[in-house]
Amino acid sequence: MIGGERHLLSMADLDRDDIEQLMSLTASFAEVGERSIPKVPALRGKTIAWLFYEDSTRTRLSFETAAKRLSADTMNFSVSSSSVNKGESLRDTVETITAMGVDGIVVRHRAAGAPSRVAEWVDASVINAGDGWHQHPTQSLLDLYTAREHLGDLDGKHVAIVGDIKHSRVARSNALAFATMGAQVTLVAPKTLLPTHFEGWPVNVTHNLDEVIDDLDICYLLRMQLERQADAVVPSLREFHTEFGLDVRRADRLGDALIMHPGPMNRGVEIAGEVADRPNAVITEQVANGVSVRMAVLFLLLGSGLDLVDGRRAAA
Amino acid sequence: MSADDVSRAIRRMAHEILERNHGADDVVIIGMQTGGVDLAQRLAADISTIEEAEAGSVPVGTLDATMHRDDFGLRPVMPEALTEIPVDPTGKVIVLADDVLYTGRTVRAALDAIHSYGRPRAIQLAVMVDRGHRELPIRPDYVGKNLPTRKDEIVDVNDEGVDLGDLLGEGDIT
Amino acid sequence: MSPTIAITGAQLVDESGTREADVLIADGRIVDVGSGLAGDINVAANGQVVAPGFVDLHAHLREPGDEEAETIETGARGAALGGYTAVVAMPNTSPAIDSAAVVAQVIELAAAANLCDVHPSAAITIGRAGEQLAPMAELVRLGVRIFTDDGAGVQNERIMRSALEYAGSLSHLADGAPIVLAQHCEIESLSRGGLMHEGAWSSRLGMPGQPAEAEELMIMRDIALARLTGGRVHFQHVSTAGGVAMVRAAKEAGLPVSAEATTHHFTLDHSVCASFDSVFKVHPPLRTAVDIVAIKDGLADGTIDAIATDHAPHTSHAKDATFADAPPGMLGLETAFALANTELDLPLEEIVALMSWRPARIAGIDTRHGRPIAAGEPANLVVLDPEATWTVRGSAMASRSANTPYEGRELRGAVRHTIYNGELVVQEGTATR
Repeated sequence: MIGGERHLLSMADLDRDDIEQLMSLTASFAEVGERSIPKVPALRGKTIAWLFYEDSTRTRLSFETAAKRLSADTMNFSVSSSSVNKGESLRDTVETITAMGVDGIVVRHRAAGAPSRVAEWVDASVINAGDGWHQHPTQSLLDLYTAREHLGDLDGKHVAIVGDIKHSRVARSNALAFATMGAQVTLVAPKTLLPTHFEGWPVNVTHNLDEVIDDLDICYLLRMQLERQADAVVPSLREFHTEFGLDVRRADRLGDALIMHPGPMNRGVEIAGEVADRPNAVITEQVANGVSVRMAVLFLLLGSGLDLVDGRRAAA
Repeated sequence: MSADDVSRAIRRMAHEILERNHGADDVVIIGMQTGGVDLAQRLAADISTIEEAEAGSVPVGTLDATMHRDDFGLRPVMPEALTEIPVDPTGKVIVLADDVLYTGRTVRAALDAIHSYGRPRAIQLAVMVDRGHRELPIRPDYVGKNLPTRKDEIVDVNDEGVDLGDLLGEGDIT
Repeated sequence: MSPTIAITGAQLVDESGTREADVLIADGRIVDVGSGLAGDINVAANGQVVAPGFVDLHAHLREPGDEEAETIETGARGAALGGYTAVVAMPNTSPAIDSAAVVAQVIELAAAANLCDVHPSAAITIGRAGEQLAPMAELVRLGVRIFTDDGAGVQNERIMRSALEYAGSLSHLADGAPIVLAQHCEIESLSRGGLMHEGAWSSRLGMPGQPAEAEELMIMRDIALARLTGGRVHFQHVSTAGGVAMVRAAKEAGLPVSAEATTHHFTLDHSVCASFDSVFKVHPPLRTAVDIVAIKDGLADGTIDAIATDHAPHTSHAKDATFADAPPGMLGLETAFALANTELDLPLEEIVALMSWRPARIAGIDTRHGRPIAAGEPANLVVLDPEATWTVRGSAMASRSANTPYEGRELRGAVRHTIYNGELVVQEGTATR
């Protein structure tokens, strides 16, 4: 149970009950966001540090808004303004921050596993805000929340995750997240954009988007890094768009299936510009729900007081 | 206190709310999650009946004040249910309804929470049972029953009425 | 004159087999093997094993350049504690061992430490840059027998061919001993950026992988170059089942190749990387359970000639980083025998062969190491207790670093004493100097 964990590092740590608990908590916080004063004192006196080793305006702002709505104090440690460039080790940096007294550390790092390492070294709760190609659990939770608002229970629903799966933490997180909630997950990409091995992954894999598009409840598009052309993984972005992009023709075949994207979008690459503005494209809802989900995560880990007591959870 | 006693007390409180506010205009009843929701609905229904108005004429909402509590860190805290404030409370008379008034801390949290939705003209408090032991300067406007208790007793308000039990469980001393 | 030492009651294990006898040591040599022997110092070794001291073909001692991680003295002390009487020091120091001056410095520091023989290997190419050949003849004259750009493989085929041909012309400077080119097998255009083995775990963990083929292709290439040039190629830290199979086939074809496997490559698989603990980051990376079986088979059937350590100390400061940012490498000298003894389903005689006379021959030091236990031979010996169990603690090691991947693991088999040049450098598991 997540309530018994101090950290949120990977969707692999959450079972279906944990996710259900977070979803209902998210609903409570979504309500807070609708108040004329969307702020509660739940984390008053708590301090959260942002440890962002990778640029991320969106995720940072989303977490920042969530923390402020919970009345937490925040402290920002960004790479450009820090001693990271002076050769300080990650551990020294983290210990310096915790010495100032923090209750939570939200970590974004270009290296897979960085939040797991940080969690080994500190008493504070560590929240993974995206690590390399590995995991992005709060993105998955907001995607689940958004999908459930439209589709209800995800059991048996068919989700395609399309595009650069190999280099995507969102894909790894979401494949686990949707499958845990009972959905059928299909990964769609050329082999150059897929991981090499799928043993143990609860997914199907295809290289042909047209083969699955008529059957989908959710078409989840990933951001295509524009520099991938240089890595010789796709001949050109134009060809990628033709074979794997959600163009108007394919979008018509989706019917009212949801179109999702973690942002920022490359219009004209993974998604046609016009398609992104269709009513079944819920991309801005995803962003809005991100704040509520992150409030739920921050509250559960830092404010709920739920923790292990003698190896058991304290009675709620 | 039997179920009939409870019904009579609610009816009396409904009359008191109407008398005090010169009718039901601008009155919004908000039930505290989760114990006060039933009382709020019954008060609203009785007021409609007394005023010979349509059912549903008095707006009823629910409030979970968990996030405004002052005991974070002292015990596990989780929101129990959704908050739903049906109208903008600004300029209205909010009647907060709860089953049991004890230390007053939940009411304080609720007063705090209400203000994040707007600025009511007045907030009044209706409780089924006032068991004493207040820790804050809070008093109820409408009381179903004053029930002196010891701190180690529990008060259970349910469909069958109101019971006084022991903390060790359902009146059985083990 | 140093005191004479008698080791009594032990089983003697050498290339001729196993028998029980006492050993008497004086003036750096074994002077008698028999019964009822006594010396100034008497080491009762009943139930224990006396073997030729171990030889490690592959240790990074970090000096010169990174003395915070290890020095020749601390590395040699760790080696002695691990039962080694000789180690081949890798040249990826700073500066690299690619000139007479650095070779001389390493030899001098090793002599001062006087804990075991430290044989510097030297770089194949200047600065290990893979472009211009190091002054091989000059370095062979100073005693270098193994050349390697370890840490990197020689990427360019033409340079590697040239190095094999040139080194193959230098035996006359080495009393007829072959000059060995030891290759770190990794085609960088395939492995670049890879942090761990490319497979199920790298896919799941979102870490860039190094495919097994990056190693296998270079082994395949160098087998072809050995055939072309007749040069002696030694394959370092073979980690893949495909690599083992190719070495086996090359040996069957009579080509002059040899191979080593490290203790970590037959005891740990890539699943341990799931912790993201950088102590498990190593090149070549930890591979699959299938590869482990293939390496064990290769050790058992002689395809792989030697167990090596690839002892690679790193400070905790360097390792307290993400998996991506931490340097690759792990400690090995002080755990190698115990790991082999615990994990390999081989008779002790075979383990000793893999750790002693076979690597001694590859290193060209078999006149002093890996010798029979007989009167007149150099007294470079180890006394082992194959049944003793102990728990690995990085902090308890002689190394200046503590990056062992076996922290807390209980192992069976301990080094009780190490005799180097006729002197007890390790007594009762403790270094004496």
